[in-house]
Amino acid sequence: MQPLLRASDINKRFGGLQALSNVSFSIAAGQIYGLIGPNGAGKTTLFNVITGMTPADAGTVMLDGRELGQLKPHAIAQAGIARTFQNIRLFANLTALENVMVGRHARTRAGLLQAIMRTSGQRAEEAEIEARAFELLRYVGIEARVNELARNLPYGDQRRLEIARALATEPKLLALDEPAAGMNPTETGELRTLLERIRSDGVTLFLIEHDMRLMMRLCDRVLVLDFGRAIAEGPPREVQQDPAVVAAYLGTPTP
Amino acid sequence: MDTFIQQIINGLTLGAVYAMVALGYTMVYGIIQLINFAHGEVVMIGAMVAFSVIGALLGLDSGLPPALIVLLGAAAAIPVCMAVAYAMERVAYRPLRGAPRLAPLITAIGVSIILQQLGMMIWSRNPLAFPQILENRIFHLGGATVSTVQLAIWLVAVSMMGALTLMIHRTRLGIAMRATSQNPQVAGLMGIDVNRVIAATFIIGAALAAIAGVMVGTYYGIAHYTMGSLLGLKAFCAAVLGGIGNLPGAMLGGLILGVVEALGAGYIGDFTGNWFGSNYQDVFAFIVLILVLVFRPSGLLGERVGDRT
Repeated sequence: MQPLLRASDINKRFGGLQALSNVSFSIAAGQIYGLIGPNGAGKTTLFNVITGMTPADAGTVMLDGRELGQLKPHAIAQAGIARTFQNIRLFANLTALENVMVGRHARTRAGLLQAIMRTSGQRAEEAEIEARAFELLRYVGIEARVNELARNLPYGDQRRLEIARALATEPKLLALDEPAAGMNPTETGELRTLLERIRSDGVTLFLIEHDMRLMMRLCDRVLVLDFGRAIAEGPPREVQQDPAVVAAYLGTPTP
Repeated sequence: MDTFIQQIINGLTLGAVYAMVALGYTMVYGIIQLINFAHGEVVMIGAMVAFSVIGALLGLDSGLPPALIVLLGAAAAIPVCMAVAYAMERVAYRPLRGAPRLAPLITAIGVSIILQQLGMMIWSRNPLAFPQILENRIFHLGGATVSTVQLAIWLVAVSMMGALTLMIHRTRLGIAMRATSQNPQVAGLMGIDVNRVIAATFIIGAALAAIAGVMVGTYYGIAHYTMGSLLGLKAFCAAVLGGIGNLPGAMLGGLILGVVEALGAGYIGDFTGNWFGSNYQDVFAFIVLILVLVFRPSGLLGERVGDRT
């Protein structure tokens, strides 16, 4: 079976730093796929390459058999990849609802002319966007905050809002950069339930996370990066035992 | 007292025009942090196209009602200005996206000179008498007067600004514009074609500018290829006064600037023993600009202080 996402030989260099070297992996549809590694291993850079924010120096990314190559970020979003950010990047001065409505852009079409003329089709589409956005806020559990500005939401709700906004683009693959960062154990537990629910609703998840307990429970497979290289890949239990992984996290014992 | 009311009325009319033009500056600034100094020239082109169309229709002796002729002039000016604005964004500014901020700013000045010279080549270097065909009834308010043209300018300006506000807050394009102005990179990742949104911003600003051009032509009865530069600079002052990047700010700034200018022109003679006359009218906009930049650089309604200029 063809994987949903296949990345081959991704390379990325920033000046003298080889941020990614020959990273290859593939994610099957319906999986929760983890990406772990020590700080500075290149995890976020890999996310940026896949979502088109940072062009790779070499290598290919295929989504559903289609090469994403030179596509602009908005086209990659339309192709079916959405993401959240390690440091939350909401539209701070839009309301929660409007943030999610922005995400619907990837899935609606209406030109400038219709927007100015306010055709009836256009108005119907806008009503549909709003209804769907509200549904998504309910889905992530923050429907009580619809009309609050994003910057006024508590931290945990901002993380949920970012997920709702990403889901609004109807992604095949949802990439989450440290969604549990800064959360307490209860919130992390709720997040886990939410992520499992998203997966069971047919969205494949690609996850960067430092919370190893969460990752071991949640992920079907994990990829381990260290200094820009993939050093291990497989089910979490096996990867955990891998000597290279242990060395990357704890250092090699001096003889 | 009559002078006072009269100058307030005149100032609000002028201010409505400034506000329409200031919106174009502020929208573009809000989204790509560019002061589009060529925006005033778009107003000039709007006035000139309307001048040509109205002149041609009058020459045909069509017997159309004057109001309709002016409307047709505006209807022709709007798409031309939209096309000009789209072309300048596409040709002059888009290739400089991501360049240091000085580069597009200087380019804007270049575009402004090009458009002005084009205007001169097409419509001659002489001031053109803008046909004043609208029936201009005068109403008396105490000792002051209001004309139908003034009322029409007001009505059109207020409804255009209302429509723009609705568009920005209610439509998906408006939400996309606000999202893009807050964070273009993330907007792109959410599926917004940022280049299209930027082009749309220029085009909407140009439509307002075209209408403002027709207003100025009708109000003063004169059009000239340099008319856009001073008007553009004043509208820029209005945008800064309101807080650049802030739409209600541009509207408020335009109105205030118009009133300040009219009052200044009305009273400068009295206050200086007729040493200075109302021909010093143009000074006031720039005095306001300096005062704002000194005492409140973020403008009346602006929140953040410009850290990137």
